[in-house]
Amino acid sequence: YAMATNNPSVFLVMINGQIEGANFPEYDDLYCKYCFVYGNDWAPTSGLEEGISQIACRGQGTQPALVWNFPLEITFKSTNPFGWPQIAVSVYGPDTFGNDVVRGYGAVHVPLTPGKHVRTVPMFVPESTSRLQKFTSWLMGRRPEFTDPKVVAQGEGREVTRVRSQGTVTISFNIVTKDMKKLGYDATPSEALSAAEARTPSLAHPL
Amino acid sequence: AESLLQQEALAEPASRLQGLRDRDPLTRFDTEVRPPVRLVPERCQRLRCRDDVATPQVDSGLPTAEEAYNFFTFNFDPEPLEEAAEQKKERRFVEDRGVEEEEEEGGGGGEEEAQVEDGGEGESGSEEEDKEEDGELFIDETAQDFLEVKKAEYLGYHSRVQRESEVLFTPSLRTVPTSCKVPENMQPRYLEEEGLYVGERPPVSLANQNILENRILQQDEKWFGDDGRVLALTDPIKQSSTRPPLFNLEEDLDPALQTVYRKALKTRHASRYVAGLGETAGRCQLDVDVSGLIFSHHPLFSREHVLGVRLVQLYDQHLNRQHRNITGLLTDKVVHAFLLVLLLTCLLCLANRNTRRLRDVEQEKDRTLLKSTLKVWKEMKALREFQRFTNTAYKLHLRKQEVNQSRDEQDFEEEIQMELVELQGELEEEYQRKISQYRQQLEEWKAWRKKQVDLLTGADDEDEDEQEEKDLGSEPPKPEPPERQELSLLEQQVREKAARIRRKPGEPILVPEVTLSEQLTYKPFYFFPPFSDVARRSLFVKVLYNDKEVSRTDRRPLGADFRVHFGQIFNLKIANWPESVRLQVFEASGSSSALLAEVFVPLPESTVLTGSAPPQELEFSSSQRVTFNHEGVGSDVPFSFEADGSNKLTLLTSGKLSCCVSWAVGENDIPLAPPTSQTPGGIHGALRQTDAIACIGASGLSDMKRLSKWAAESRLDPNDPSNVVLMQLLTVASSGEVQVPDYFRLEQLQEEFNFVTDEELQKSRRFRLLTLRSQEVVEFRNYKNVPAVEREVSEKVFQDYEKRLRDGEVVDTKEHLDPHRAVVAKYLKKIRESVMNRFLIAKHHFLLSDLVQEDEVPSIGVLGLNIFKLAEPKRPLKPRRKERKKVTAQNLADGNIKLLVNIIRAYDIPVRKPHPSKPAVASKSARSFTEAFVAAQSSQSALHGNDWPLNQVQVRPFVEVTFQRSVRQTTTADGPNPCWNEELELPFSAPNGDYSTSSLQSVKDEVFINIFDEMTFDITEDDRERGSTVHTRIEKHWLGSVKIPFSTIYLQSRIDGTFKVQSPPVLLGYSKERSLAGEGGYDSVLSLSEGSFVTLFITIQPQLIPGESVREKFDSQEDERLLHAAEAFQRDAALRFPGRPCLTTVIDISGKAVFITRYVRPLSPPQELLDAFPNSPQEATELVARYVSLIPSLPDSVSFTSICDLWSTSDQFLALLAGDEEEHAVLLCCYFLAMGKKAWLIIGTAIPEGPTAYVLTYEQGRYLIWDPGRGQYYGQYDTFCPLQSVGCLINADNVWFNTQVYDAPMRMGFDVSRSKLWKPFFSRAFPNPGLSSVQPEELVYRRVDKVAAAELQDRIEKVLKEKIMEWRPRHPTRWNRYCTSTLRHFLPKLEQSRGRDVGDEHRLELQSMLGDYRISGFPLNVPFSELQPIVEAVYSTGVHNVEVSNVEFALAVYVHPYASNVLSVWVYLASLVRTR
Repeated sequence: YAMATNNPSVFLVMINGQIEGANFPEYDDLYCKYCFVYGNDWAPTSGLEEGISQIACRGQGTQPALVWNFPLEITFKSTNPFGWPQIAVSVYGPDTFGNDVVRGYGAVHVPLTPGKHVRTVPMFVPESTSRLQKFTSWLMGRRPEFTDPKVVAQGEGREVTRVRSQGTVTISFNIVTKDMKKLGYDATPSEALSAAEARTPSLAHPL
Repeated sequence: AESLLQQEALAEPASRLQGLRDRDPLTRFDTEVRPPVRLVPERCQRLRCRDDVATPQVDSGLPTAEEAYNFFTFNFDPEPLEEAAEQKKERRFVEDRGVEEEEEEGGGGGEEEAQVEDGGEGESGSEEEDKEEDGELFIDETAQDFLEVKKAEYLGYHSRVQRESEVLFTPSLRTVPTSCKVPENMQPRYLEEEGLYVGERPPVSLANQNILENRILQQDEKWFGDDGRVLALTDPIKQSSTRPPLFNLEEDLDPALQTVYRKALKTRHASRYVAGLGETAGRCQLDVDVSGLIFSHHPLFSREHVLGVRLVQLYDQHLNRQHRNITGLLTDKVVHAFLLVLLLTCLLCLANRNTRRLRDVEQEKDRTLLKSTLKVWKEMKALREFQRFTNTAYKLHLRKQEVNQSRDEQDFEEEIQMELVELQGELEEEYQRKISQYRQQLEEWKAWRKKQVDLLTGADDEDEDEQEEKDLGSEPPKPEPPERQELSLLEQQVREKAARIRRKPGEPILVPEVTLSEQLTYKPFYFFPPFSDVARRSLFVKVLYNDKEVSRTDRRPLGADFRVHFGQIFNLKIANWPESVRLQVFEASGSSSALLAEVFVPLPESTVLTGSAPPQELEFSSSQRVTFNHEGVGSDVPFSFEADGSNKLTLLTSGKLSCCVSWAVGENDIPLAPPTSQTPGGIHGALRQTDAIACIGASGLSDMKRLSKWAAESRLDPNDPSNVVLMQLLTVASSGEVQVPDYFRLEQLQEEFNFVTDEELQKSRRFRLLTLRSQEVVEFRNYKNVPAVEREVSEKVFQDYEKRLRDGEVVDTKEHLDPHRAVVAKYLKKIRESVMNRFLIAKHHFLLSDLVQEDEVPSIGVLGLNIFKLAEPKRPLKPRRKERKKVTAQNLADGNIKLLVNIIRAYDIPVRKPHPSKPAVASKSARSFTEAFVAAQSSQSALHGNDWPLNQVQVRPFVEVTFQRSVRQTTTADGPNPCWNEELELPFSAPNGDYSTSSLQSVKDEVFINIFDEMTFDITEDDRERGSTVHTRIEKHWLGSVKIPFSTIYLQSRIDGTFKVQSPPVLLGYSKERSLAGEGGYDSVLSLSEGSFVTLFITIQPQLIPGESVREKFDSQEDERLLHAAEAFQRDAALRFPGRPCLTTVIDISGKAVFITRYVRPLSPPQELLDAFPNSPQEATELVARYVSLIPSLPDSVSFTSICDLWSTSDQFLALLAGDEEEHAVLLCCYFLAMGKKAWLIIGTAIPEGPTAYVLTYEQGRYLIWDPGRGQYYGQYDTFCPLQSVGCLINADNVWFNTQVYDAPMRMGFDVSRSKLWKPFFSRAFPNPGLSSVQPEELVYRRVDKVAAAELQDRIEKVLKEKIMEWRPRHPTRWNRYCTSTLRHFLPKLEQSRGRDVGDEHRLELQSMLGDYRISGFPLNVPFSELQPIVEAVYSTGVHNVEVSNVEFALAVYVHPYASNVLSVWVYLASLVRTR
């Protein structure tokens, strides 16, 4: 067992955090879905890969933002930083006729460095191909959607789409990594390094 | 300051000491794990202390009554008193113990003290309090007593600070004394003061620096430099920002990024002023001295002037030459060299010869110059005489220098002799060379001659003679000996030359001298136009500084000698940087003035000062054309001196301006030049920047030695970065020559950044794995978890891949049992790979619909329908299957996909036969086509009715579905027409867990739907138990199967219909029970076709989106017009009947679009098939159909992942021996046409294949539909015809699209001539251009190879036997040889009758032989493609599953060969159980 810990063959990335909320100035009663998109060398070891939140209403008065506080907790193991996990978030809500339509897609990479991070993900939706389509889709409550919410986490083929910006979603991450440095990937941020070094002298001080 | 610091350093330990003392009690009591043992004595002590307090009261005497009363009733104010008492006690106790707590208490205030106690000794204190309160419970029971009143736990700030100070180290903000930082007994050394460059440190605030220093001091690390400061590098931040240059290596750079050259614009006011304007304003002064002007040509020149100027020029040239004295120099050199030559007579002669030649040239020049000077002078004299006046003062004197005649002659002779000797030597050399050459040639010639003679004498052959003749033709010319040049001739040459270029001996040396002493004769013609003009003209010069006129000279008249003297000095006090100084020469006549020429004066170096600066002569010229009608020659006008006007000359106005520009010298000899350290703008600035020396302000120090000396004197700091260039230069200069490399490097730092060499990178297995994966190589396309480190990547990973690469060419016959098929397999693989690669590329092109789901704009009709839908009943009486939501394959994983098989019912299952049964004589009636479409009376109907006991179960069938080796089965039903209506769910897993579309399409697995009969045998051995126990053995007997490839299900998304069960022609122990009396009319419909049927519904859950075909436009060799028409035809068809397949162009195997009719052409089938039944055309037709069906079917969707339907021609099809339905159909259609039938290709849909091709024939007034894959035919009105709809019909001439309302074969007409029903492609409007066929004229068949077939037969048998034993690992497998040989006997007969109507015969035969056995078995017939399908088919029958101990098996294989290696494989499999 000691051998295994000294020479690890995988590194672990533990993610916990939450989808804190969203800022969609025009819409209300929204909920969101999330899923993780990752490369071939990655595998979730525990936790939920996807989820769907409650419907949140806008607060009264000064609070314009929607709050979900939807927890994320997942641990990945991997052998290769290529294909680092991304979280793809899509937000849905009712339109004027009460049909559930998509309000935004967005994706962001899980932060690479350990520690707490807050990410604000800009959201967008695909546009209709023509005015007429836009009108009918509005009327029928069937707006254009991505075939797969994971589309927003990949770069290939995006050139054929047109999108419109919608709002933002705020996600906070707490990242813990294990054995990354042992495998030769040093993702520690420089300030964390210097902080660690600055701390050591005082601890080592012989009192 | 130092002493102060020392004080502090001293003070610090003291405070630390205090800290130590303070800590002691805290640690003792505060530790969580406190030894309880210690506590006890303490408490005892305390209790004792309390007693001490109480006892004095007792001791002082008895209390008074009041006291006693008070004691019992008085409500003591408990808190403060108690507190005080406690404090007192505490103090005393503390004092008793003599701990240094005193100090702390003294230091803190009263309030704080209590808190400290609470915090520090809190626990023990409170315990004590509790104790006390317990005691007081009896004294007074107030509410307070029951409530425990405690102070809020609060830790005082000071104590907290104190405690923190014990664990934390807070570095002081004070400056650390230098003495602490420097090693002991050392004085700090300041490099800066020593004059060394130290660089600028990055700015750090003093406080931070102090903190850092204090901390480092604590850590005891060597972080201080000699000067007692923390070691630091210089500030890395560049002072000025730079921008990396934009290299446009590629030519077609984005136009937006293209750089456009704009001349650098200088800001008007910035940087053009001399630095430090305030001080130096007016101190910089440029002196421009314009002294004069001489015209070398002026329009007003007369001819005489022209000559005069030329004379002067020639004279100047002469003077110049004389000044240099080249001739003399060279003469000396020649003489000296000659002496040397004489001495050494060696190699130097060559050099000397060159020198001599040079001298001769110079001498010649001298002479011609002299001559031309004289000539000009003569011309001038002639001109003067001609015009009878002189207006130029030029005069040529020729001074003669007398020479010593004899000595001169001697010299001359000597010279000639010298040259002669040299020439001789040269010639001799040449001669020797030629002689040797000649000798060599002569030798050769002689040898040749000799050989020829030999040949001539010895030759008898004519051949050789001929050769001789040839040789004679190429006779080499006889070399001639070189001639020696005559010495006298040589001498003559030398003398001639000498006479030409050298002064004759005795001739006086002529020295020309031009003076201006000629008397000018201004004759009466003074007012002769040129002169009057000259007098009128005047000149002036404008001085322009930085393109601005700053001053101009006075007007000066043009002198008769065309010289102007200005002699003016302008002092320019400048504030701007000098950029240009320009002088403009103006000529004025009268009031008008014209610009004559412009002269740019070079800017002086700052060292060029007035007084020491030499005057410069700047030439100028003007291209202005001026003509006069008088004597003046004008400018840019041709004129001539000759009377006949030849030798024309064209002269331009030109002249010399003498001027001088220099920096002025001010008072005290201070040069008023701008400081050079400031880099001025313009070219000078740029140059100066590249010049290292100028950079540091030492302009003019071009001498390296002086430079190094200067550097040494000025004590340049070698550490200063601004001196780096210079220091480098000096080191290079001192070491040797300065060398500028004549190359430059690209990416000069690349090597340093390569962490590993390319070779090593290639060797890395992990890197290779990653590369292959990203290239989407099949084996690695979805490889998961590439190991993190190299050592974990095993070589095994690549084994398959490397094997594939290696085996690319090698044909492995073992696996395929047949070399030809192995080759074909390889070929197919290659095609597949190339198509796959094309597909992979196409896969990366996305369309909007791939990414975005968007509803179509609904049409009015759809909207209307939707409105009607609202009114639809929610629960309709006849529900229909709704389309499910489709799922993209990418987000799927193992276990997500399930195959749903709904088995509804079956018809006409064979029934058991009583055992043993009497031999029934079956009338082997010849079937005819008519039987197929007329409800014929079954010939066998009444045969077995009597044999069957009514009370016994006919058959108990159940269905077993096998897919990917997982098995599900239905319950058992009763009777030959069972109804199950059960849904079976089978898991599906994609190969390698790859659920991409391309991977799913290439899944080759098939769904086997097997129908079994469940038989129970009572094996209760003890009859006594029969009443109480049931002991039966269940056996299942295979009755038939339906195979559906997964790819079909995947592409169709659902399969729904009634299928014919593929049952063996003979089922031992079973018979087809049909048309039992009383079944009614419906049965007669069923009996139209033979065999059993099963109704199924199969789908995949969730529904997968099948891959789309490649959106690639295939190139074509078809006519453009035809392609357009085909496109229009198809579009029209799709519009009118969306679901109906319509094909006009197909893709051939090379990926080109071909018009479909080109595939249809009469092709004759193998002759032996036709010969087999010479009398029965019907039999022959069936045999041909069987032949075609025996060619293995390999759906394109499997091999080419359904991206496109490739149509191969029939010869390719026969060569490949594998093809899709359309290849089968085309071949069958072609055969039928060759056999003289009316045949068409049907493009339609069938179950289970989906879109497919069938063949339609017209016989005896009826239409027959042929299933080419199975070799079966159906009547048009056959209910169980698998063809469901007909899209179009194709023959060699035309394509007809079905425009009828219905497309089911039963409900439509096939008469293509009726334009109401069929729309032809080629019509009168667009006739068939006569398309040639792509098919060959004739198919060449390979002969039947019976030996190979026999060999294959043995191999298959061996393999199958091994497999069966392998599948029965727990039981011994015995083979009944007797039965096997009997079975082997039957198989050829079965092949002959194509598996029909032989069952009864050989059943009888078997039974007679094996009466003792209960036998069950059947023959299987498969077309041969590979071994694996045969094994699969055998496995799926489950014969091996019989687990009776005394079971025996019989297996016989027969391979019947047809032409072109088409093989029909029969496997007869039986299990025998001894009944006795």
